[in-house]
Amino acid sequence: MWGITDMSGDPVSRAGSVDDTPSTTKGRRAPERLVRVGFIPLVDMAVLVAAAEQGFAEREGIRLQLMKDVSWSNIRDRLAFRQFDVAHMLSPMPVASQLHLGSNPYPCFTPFALGRGGNAITLSLDLYREMQALAGLDGSEGALANALALKQVVEHRRQAGKKPLVFAMTYPFSSHNYEFRFWLAAAGINPDTDVTMTVVPPPLTVDAMTARAIDGFCVNAPWNIIAVEKGIGRMVATKADIWPSAPEKVLGVSPEWADENPETLSRLVVALDAAARWCDARENHAALADMMSAPAYLGVPSGLILQLFSGQLTVDPDGRVRHVENYLRFSGQSANFPWISQALWIYSQMVRWGQVAYSEAGLAQVKAAYRPDLYRRILASSGASVPLHDSKVEGLDETFIDGRSFSPDDIQDYVDGFSIRAAANAAVDE
Amino acid sequence: MRAFKTLSKDSQSGQRPLRVAIIEENGIRAAILVDGLREAGILDVEVIETMTNMLRRLSTIDPDVIIIGIENPSRDVLEQMFQVSKLVSRPVAMFVDRSDGSMIQAAVEAGVSAYVVDGLRKERVKAIVDMAVSRFNAFDRLQRELLEARSELASRKIVERAKGILMRTRQLSEEEAYALLRQTAMNEKRKLVDIAQSVVTAASLLEK
Repeated sequence: MWGITDMSGDPVSRAGSVDDTPSTTKGRRAPERLVRVGFIPLVDMAVLVAAAEQGFAEREGIRLQLMKDVSWSNIRDRLAFRQFDVAHMLSPMPVASQLHLGSNPYPCFTPFALGRGGNAITLSLDLYREMQALAGLDGSEGALANALALKQVVEHRRQAGKKPLVFAMTYPFSSHNYEFRFWLAAAGINPDTDVTMTVVPPPLTVDAMTARAIDGFCVNAPWNIIAVEKGIGRMVATKADIWPSAPEKVLGVSPEWADENPETLSRLVVALDAAARWCDARENHAALADMMSAPAYLGVPSGLILQLFSGQLTVDPDGRVRHVENYLRFSGQSANFPWISQALWIYSQMVRWGQVAYSEAGLAQVKAAYRPDLYRRILASSGASVPLHDSKVEGLDETFIDGRSFSPDDIQDYVDGFSIRAAANAAVDE
Repeated sequence: MRAFKTLSKDSQSGQRPLRVAIIEENGIRAAILVDGLREAGILDVEVIETMTNMLRRLSTIDPDVIIIGIENPSRDVLEQMFQVSKLVSRPVAMFVDRSDGSMIQAAVEAGVSAYVVDGLRKERVKAIVDMAVSRFNAFDRLQRELLEARSELASRKIVERAKGILMRTRQLSEEEAYALLRQTAMNEKRKLVDIAQSVVTAASLLEK
């Protein structure tokens, strides 16, 4: 079979400093179970790498076979075709799949989120310098001020009769799409009419910007910092600026596989929970960065990955560094809990941008995508902090960039409250 | 995707000849697909080699079927294109016929996926995808055989096979077939085994 790059690294058990593993299997040795995991090389797959390389999976009697892929469509399809058992997925993908959105919408679910953060919006240096000139930015401004400056440039270009700016994200059902749009709209820019939104695969974003095919992109690490270091991009916002609680990647699970292998799924979640806590501990970051720099995973220098873990981001080629608290979070603040309210927020953005029409039936489908019940059942006795509720009002402790909060009971009101959204009835699906 | 059916164009009800777009950067793979489609009687084929302006090119070509390699990251671009097209209510929708899972699985394993514009009759699509799968498998086999040809034993086998093919197709004796291979190699200043390989390759491409 040509074309599919199976970089299936055999999990290597390294020096075992995994004392804190809350194992359900202490004392007995179960036969080894193979779990095939699809992934896209990005820093936010750290929990999967740690589980495979640091002995967490092995301790649960699981052999993780990590299989690299190139596109989210492939990840989705190969899960459907049973080439993967579980996969590294964008948080909106299980939601989209349950709503039958996209081609080949195979319904899958997530019992475990792989962490938060990592995304950022980077604009071309030329565009940013234009914003500076027009809005008098000195470089210290926050994400919203940057968006407002961009709004001025968009207006200026319109009056001058110039072509709309072109912005890229990585997939129609991605946190990047919704975050980029949220940030633009917070400053009064309509992503559907004021600019052109397009898709560029993550590894091609920097090249596309170098070639001036795009004026900006929203993508996960390490591509933003690579654009800055190459001197072509200026980071203007991070996921933490737009909505710090936003779930980023999740563990997508094939329902058939889960039905056939309930115990393996439980053991996998236990292993990932331990791996996630290990990933959050600062003293492990150097070892984690080393693991992830291997060609089978990211294939970028470990020093660069370590810098990302530290949250010390070089945002401008002139050397300006910004410290982003919790830029990447793998476990803390219930980062692994699959909040129903967060699935519903994703749904609200799908409705907002006309990807789907709001319906009661849709609500039930969305709730099938995120499975806090499984998380709670599997990890109840593990010592992990398990939230008591499946849903909460989002945006109270950690606020959205537009200052509004999201109540999962009032999705339509929330969507109607956005002055910028797709025209009503634009969605034709279902 | 059933909702798209109402949007499909009359022209796609099977009146005009089937039009296929292939998104493929690798010229060799694209050529194999084009040849395969041609043999299956599908002459209206466009190859899109780069991601640049893919939306514009696809809307210009207006294909009934898009074939794209599974390792091509542009697949996510295509996914977005279908979203955008839906938003502007353009009939550039697609479905993967999920009623026949094994066919899709075979297609994906062969590195091909077919995105089919709605309104197309299923049996035509199936034939195309089946064909694409078999062509890609043939390509895969050829590559393996080329690797094998590096060993001397394999070289001898290839010469034997080429002789056999020439004997069969041109009614030559074994000696005449060998002489023809050697003469061709001398004329073209190439190795005997390379000429033999060309014969074998050509024959397998011509085989049904």
